[in-house]
Amino acid sequence: MDSTFIIEKSVVIVTVFAITMLMAMYSTYAERKVAAFLQDRIGPNRAGKFGLLQPLADGLKLFSKEEFFPNTPNRFLFVVGPAIAMSTALMTSAVIPWGDKLHLFGRDILLQATDIDVSLLYIFGVVSVGVYGIMIGGWASNNKFSLMGAVRAASQMVSYEIAMGLSMIALLMMTGTLSLKEISIQQSGMDWNVFYQPVSFLIFLICAFAELNRTPFDLAECESELIGGYHTEYSSMKMGFYLFAEYANMFISSAILSVLFFGGYNYPGMQWMIDNVGVNVANILGIVALFIKICGFIFFIMWVRWTIPRFRYDQLMNLGWRILIPLSIINIIITGICILAFK
Amino acid sequence: MSTAIQSISLSGRKKQVSHKEMTFWERLYLVAIVKGLIITIKHLFRKKVTVQYPEQVREFSPVYRGQHMLKRDELGRENCTACGLCALSCPAEAITMKAAERQKGEEHLYREEKYAEIYEINMLRCIFCGLCEEACPKDAVYLTLSKELVPANYDREDFIFGKDKLVMPLEMAMKNAQLKNAN
Repeated sequence: MDSTFIIEKSVVIVTVFAITMLMAMYSTYAERKVAAFLQDRIGPNRAGKFGLLQPLADGLKLFSKEEFFPNTPNRFLFVVGPAIAMSTALMTSAVIPWGDKLHLFGRDILLQATDIDVSLLYIFGVVSVGVYGIMIGGWASNNKFSLMGAVRAASQMVSYEIAMGLSMIALLMMTGTLSLKEISIQQSGMDWNVFYQPVSFLIFLICAFAELNRTPFDLAECESELIGGYHTEYSSMKMGFYLFAEYANMFISSAILSVLFFGGYNYPGMQWMIDNVGVNVANILGIVALFIKICGFIFFIMWVRWTIPRFRYDQLMNLGWRILIPLSIINIIITGICILAFK
Repeated sequence: MSTAIQSISLSGRKKQVSHKEMTFWERLYLVAIVKGLIITIKHLFRKKVTVQYPEQVREFSPVYRGQHMLKRDELGRENCTACGLCALSCPAEAITMKAAERQKGEEHLYREEKYAEIYEINMLRCIFCGLCEEACPKDAVYLTLSKELVPANYDREDFIFGKDKLVMPLEMAMKNAQLKNAN
């Protein structure tokens, strides 16, 4: 392995890391702004122009808060919880293809930290580890509300992961590959998967909401019943890590949704751009296209949060087990029949 | 009178509530969710109701009682004669003052021979009832003229407002005089 390869990959990884953090930071800002605008308010506008420095101010505030430990026998696990939540949130970004490739310094630079052929499985694996962050944190808090939140989060994750996985199978039957890069390439032009698998997309979207612990499925941290859910006992930067991980997850989920169903970095006329303008410009535009899609999804997730009230717990389980799972199985069968009939 | 009592609607907005089974599309909830999303997205572009307070102040009603003002007459002389009726009438005991005699050469400052050397209102005690304004025989103290709220502060001492903050600014008195002459 030559050193340029290592440098190239390091640059890509650091950039992806920085962008994920930046997006998570500004997601908090966007959340507050979107919430405000949807409620006919203005939102934060004091820190910097249009309140753009608000995330920094929030971070500073969290840093300066007291580092509080509850009376718990599991001080170690109490710290491990947010660490797991944060690291799993960041790990998923490794396999997402942010763009096709750039041609710089006489070599092709792949705009992806790593292109493993089991990307999708890797994402599912890491995401399901993510719930351990919540579970361990809730357990180590030694607080019944935290534990309740953690238990809810865990059962919700387990239930919705099944439907999510099944909805993916229908998609995989079509694409025939687990690599996100391959899936992106297959969708070039306007051949987006959402047109072929709308039901699969819908199920995946609903499950993504559940996996993200976002409204309408934010039972793990519903303030009205559980004070703050699993992060009730957390303060200072540990709390910040949980919140940050949530927003990082939101960014990653939006990225996965865009890559799987909305063509990833593809945009109409990309081939023409590559032929006539140049690889670099075309692919940078591709990155921009991907980010527009991601921001669209982030906005959608926020928009839904301020529209739909929280589900009741039994409704949540009912939806997951008795509607989404059968629906995704039917979707698999129909996809199979269609593939047999048309190919 | 043949109409049954159930069919009468005085407001014209009466609606019969039904408990019918939901159709398939209603049970899916997706339609309802999309409707809700459309409603919320409309709010995104609606006019915002926020009043950006320090820069932008909501207009007061003409009878709104805010910070007190010790009035000057058209010649810019203070009206207050330190009679103490406001302090006496104050239910919150927020007002205190010290009288002094007007010296030769101060006729342009004070309207009558006696004036308030010190006039203090404790804004933390004040309940803005306006009884001082009603009690004043010299038209000196007003709560409706200043058109401002007592601003927030960090120290209790800073809420004891002296004459420096209470007396009407001279320019305002001059302006009032001009307005009166113009009419």
